Amino acid sequence: MEKQVILNSKHLELTLKRLSHELIESHNDFSDTVLVGLQPRGIHVVSQLKKHLEIILGKEIVCGNLDITFFRDDFRRREKPLIPSITNIDFSLENKKVVLVDDVLYTGRTIRAGLDALLTFGRPSKVELLVLIDRRFRRDLPIQADYVGKMVDSLISERVSVEWQEIEGEDKIVLYTKDSNE
Amino acid sequence: MNNLSVDHLTGIKDLSKEDIDLIFKTADSFKEVINRPIKKVPSLRDITIANIFFENSTRTKLSFELAEKRLSADILNFSASGSSVKKGETLIDTVNNILSMKVDMVVMRHPNPGAALFLSKKVNAKIINAGDGTHEHPTQALLDAYSIREKLGAIHGKKVVIVGDILHSRVALSNIFCLQKLGAEVMVCGPTTLIPKDMNLLNVKISHNLREALEWCDVANMLRIQSERQEISYFPSLREYSMQFGLNKEILNSLSKEIVVMHPGPINRGVEITSDVADSKQSIILNQVENGVAIRMAVIYLLAAKIDR
Repeated sequence: MEKQVILNSKHLELTLKRLSHELIESHNDFSDTVLVGLQPRGIHVVSQLKKHLEIILGKEIVCGNLDITFFRDDFRRREKPLIPSITNIDFSLENKKVVLVDDVLYTGRTIRAGLDALLTFGRPSKVELLVLIDRRFRRDLPIQADYVGKMVDSLISERVSVEWQEIEGEDKIVLYTKDSNE
Repeated sequence: MNNLSVDHLTGIKDLSKEDIDLIFKTADSFKEVINRPIKKVPSLRDITIANIFFENSTRTKLSFELAEKRLSADILNFSASGSSVKKGETLIDTVNNILSMKVDMVVMRHPNPGAALFLSKKVNAKIINAGDGTHEHPTQALLDAYSIREKLGAIHGKKVVIVGDILHSRVALSNIFCLQKLGAEVMVCGPTTLIPKDMNLLNVKISHNLREALEWCDVANMLRIQSERQEISYFPSLREYSMQFGLNKEILNSLSKEIVVMHPGPINRGVEITSDVADSKQSIILNQVENGVAIRMAVIYLLAAKIDR
């Protein structure tokens, strides 16, 4: 497996800061905006954004985690059932502006399921999408992100992995390429 | 491990500890789902489930039906009264006729022990046993254990006594299997006539004294006297049974520690349990009912994942 670092920890930090400022540009003081991270990997992006936004704005940002397992469109099309993670949205989304957050936007199917799952918590006034990595030209569905950390051109055989210090030991984004003889 | 080791749920006996843990973990998520403003997920929208009940049921039938609807499955309800079973149709014929209408899963309650297992070998659908005579009632045992885990934090090392009509109870047998697999100690308590003579083979303690049993346990699961299955008299009168084995506030308050009280329903108030105990803080009877929906959603979801496309 070949590795290519797309963003190292310094650049990842810069990207997160930039995304935080972009969010503030369109959401002002976040008085009616909430961040919702998609399980399992989007929640780490949310906690990073929350940290930066709270430093800049000096107030608490409302955040939640959303699990989309039961809303996926590939149930029974996989070998094994997917085991759900925890959903933690203890506020109503009625008339809120929601920013859905995930680490990598690839086929768009996860986001499709996320939009469905989101509606079970009320009717948001607006939903936007933030992703750290947009694997462009790889979409199965007509879904685009409003805020993008970095665009990446990649092959289907490649894998993009956003890694965090608390889990993998280092903040970085890596592109893995399968060796041709593998 | 994220797949059940079985293709049908005919009894707890066939499940591994890992299976039960997986069902509990999945049920945790479904419990969160059924407490949302919109209590429904679309996972099973392409699945049809038939609920076939050859015996009366309120809770189990409603609970399964609700679980199926919350998962967006299409459902067919069938009860033996008013059906062609009365005209002499066999079980396999009845079920195969239902299955030829393209049904993927069957939830069945039947008065004969082993009916669910029999069916699972003969027909091409996933079978969930919703009670087969005096044999097993697996989803009830799962929800009982799940409720204990929720209330006490764990099951391993806990002491559970099952009180009452052990002889005719499918709940008792499934509970014994389930609790033992999860590492609990189990005791059965009741009049000698209502405890099967080979009970000791199941590695459970046996008591004929309610007070002694309650002093020993952390959880008491009170069972109903199943008069409908009793062809002879097993005790002199209900009043006498109630005096010896009925749980009342007096005996509960006189214990040295606070125990958890459970009942699988339907309750015969004043027989195996008095109203003030059934409605007390120590009773988790209504939590059991709520957890029943989440547990059944988990079982259906995990078995549905095994249906071939």
